[in-house]
Amino acid sequence: MTLLITAAALIYLAPSVVGEIRGFLGKILPQDKIHLGLDLQGGMHLVLEVEAQKAVESYVERIRGDLKEDLKRKRIYAHRIETINGDQLSLEVLGEKGRFDEFIENNYPILEEINAQDQGKYFKVILGMNKKQAEYLKRYAVDQALETIRNRVDQFGVAEPDISPQGTDRILIQLPGVKDPQRAIRLIGRTALLEFKLLDEEYGVQEALKGNVPEEDMILYQRREDPKTGSVSRVPFLLKKKTLMTGEVLKDAQVRFDDFNQPYVALEFDPRGAKMFDRITAANVKKRLAIILDDNVYSAPVIQERISGGRAQITGAFTLDEARDLAIVLRAGALPAPVKILENRSVGPSLGKDLIDKGLKSVIIGGILVVLFMMVYYKLSGAIADVALILNLILIMGALAGLRATLTLPGIAGIILTIGMAVDANVLIFERIREELRLGKTTRAAVDGGYSKAFLTIMDANVTTLIAAVVLFQFGTGPVKGFAVTLSIGIVASLFTALFVSRAIFDVLLTKGMLRRVSI
Amino acid sequence: MEFIKPGTKINFVGFRRLAFFLSGLVVAASIISIVLHGGLNYGIDFAGGTLVQVKFKEPTLVESIKNQLAPIGLDRSLVQRFGEKRENEYLIRVERSVSDLETLSLEIAEALQRGYGKDGVEIRRTEMVGAKVGKDLRKKGILAIIYAMIGILIYITWRFEFIFALGAIVALAHDVMITVGAFSITDKEFTLPIVAAILTIIGYSLNDTIVVYDRIRENRRKMRREPFGRIVNASINETLGRTLLTSLTTLIVVVILFIFGGGVIHDFAFALMVGILVGTYSSVFVASPIILAWQERK
Repeated sequence: MTLLITAAALIYLAPSVVGEIRGFLGKILPQDKIHLGLDLQGGMHLVLEVEAQKAVESYVERIRGDLKEDLKRKRIYAHRIETINGDQLSLEVLGEKGRFDEFIENNYPILEEINAQDQGKYFKVILGMNKKQAEYLKRYAVDQALETIRNRVDQFGVAEPDISPQGTDRILIQLPGVKDPQRAIRLIGRTALLEFKLLDEEYGVQEALKGNVPEEDMILYQRREDPKTGSVSRVPFLLKKKTLMTGEVLKDAQVRFDDFNQPYVALEFDPRGAKMFDRITAANVKKRLAIILDDNVYSAPVIQERISGGRAQITGAFTLDEARDLAIVLRAGALPAPVKILENRSVGPSLGKDLIDKGLKSVIIGGILVVLFMMVYYKLSGAIADVALILNLILIMGALAGLRATLTLPGIAGIILTIGMAVDANVLIFERIREELRLGKTTRAAVDGGYSKAFLTIMDANVTTLIAAVVLFQFGTGPVKGFAVTLSIGIVASLFTALFVSRAIFDVLLTKGMLRRVSI
Repeated sequence: MEFIKPGTKINFVGFRRLAFFLSGLVVAASIISIVLHGGLNYGIDFAGGTLVQVKFKEPTLVESIKNQLAPIGLDRSLVQRFGEKRENEYLIRVERSVSDLETLSLEIAEALQRGYGKDGVEIRRTEMVGAKVGKDLRKKGILAIIYAMIGILIYITWRFEFIFALGAIVALAHDVMITVGAFSITDKEFTLPIVAAILTIIGYSLNDTIVVYDRIRENRRKMRREPFGRIVNASINETLGRTLLTSLTTLIVVVILFIFGGGVIHDFAFALMVGILVGTYSSVFVASPIILAWQERK
């Protein structure tokens, strides 16, 4: 059995040591290499929080616009429709309240009346979103964000990314081998909400900047960076609040080059978007249409003529990488709500290599010292324990590869610690054997007695360490988890090597008569 | 070779009053140090903040790094050398008070590249932890240590007796307090890997304690006529060889880690070193004598 397990460990370990196994053997043998954690191979660990409440708020804001128009059409007179507290609508209803209630119930079932006060001339009504609906929206926002980020990362091209939800509103992203973490963050974390809005050209921007912004208008800026000096200036635009179109109707976005070899992003709308764009451009010829991404005005060209082909473009002073990333986020779609970065750990590839070198060096030096020490202290028996120890290391590595566990820097520390502790079981046994010998027992009886008496002690001592390791695994994030894994595997492996392997060696030596007296 | 000759009879339990006094003193010193420092020196894992590890091509000084950071208002951040001098590596740490953590590491990188040239400086590692996450991790860390102790309490009660479990837990609390105290006294940063180290110490120290307990259990059957104090003493003496030997082999590798492991592992190995020494001491002088003290009171 010992041989079998050792062979299995070696087979699992082989790909990590010799690289890919080709040909016939490659098909039947496992190919998994030891999986290195982000801290060792370099890469990025991100925890994002989806601000799901914002999804609810922007939904309410959209309803506000629709509600206003619908009420007008039905001739239900309502004033001052405003959003309050982020996700509630406040309005003043004139005339029959019953008709208003009926209208809301039939047309906006997701809204609920929170409060209504009779103010004599009018009713002051506060509407809020139905709780169930709000919860659904939030959950949808997180799911959608997860999907969108997955799409973006896939298109960005990262080998073996891990993107998974954590708790109710968090997303864990692991990107091994990312060389430019800042670029990755910009790509993943940006909301990428594309909007088309008309400029308000009847009213001066300067006047608006003084604080007199017309009710249905808003001010947004264009960020301009001077490529030579790196200084940033902001140009204000006065825009109509109403969004004519969003990036939802995009079919594709590609990087192209203009005549000056300057990259731009070419947009292609889906049939619905093409129709909308056709209608908008037809109705607003000679007016300026602003293209806005995440509240930053990219450009505001004059509509020269009706555009019916369903195509548009975003220009700006992009670098090629910026244009590429912009095309990726537009293709993958907008995040339904903004995300906040809670945790970001990135390690450059050279640091990881350094750490592996130092870790290996420590394993080797520590291992050699312990091996020598055991031989000096226990002589031949010590050498047997050393065989068990080396086997122990092979088993741990093999198990790591076989279980597809991740080796992290603390994980290496765990292995080194196991070296120190693995001898413990053997020490317990040998001390017992020495005691038995002192009582005058025969070699055979002393070895048997030593093993059987030490057995329970070893079990008890290791189970408690295992408890700590399991708790650590439950609690830990990335690197700490790696430590818990190697420690647990190490404990199990050292139990096995001490109780079975070194025992088997003793048995063979004793029964074959190669050993009359144990040197211990 | 034998460190401890068979038949060694050191009167460990006789020292127990002195040992209790000494342990109490060190634990008290740990607590006082933590209080005087206004709590532990939490790393960004627990406090939140941004940490950037940079490697320079040419030797540089903390002062000149701070000068480069001055234009972006970070000249008061913590800059310290990391690892050995010839490696030219530095850690820059910014406290949580800076509101916009998300782009901070980028700003630091750009500021340094302006001063040292694009190839003169390499950003090796950046870590950003939001204050909220830090608080979560702190809670989880404490819970993990408590859960581990409860699990161990149950297991030992099942395998031995409740009073044994209690003795083990007191010894463990003692080890944890002193290790944490050592971090406070040396003003080292308390990070996530240190929690891992403490949990390892818990497992390790227990290992020692249980080996002695196991011997007490065995000797109680053999030496029925003897007073409990002598049984405890005999058990500690009989297992002393093993206790020292295992501590020594473990200590060998931990010291190697401490010397060769490099920056991140350095503090981790320091915690283990303290923990192993204290843990070995406590399984001889604290865990078993407590049981004896308890028995004598009755």
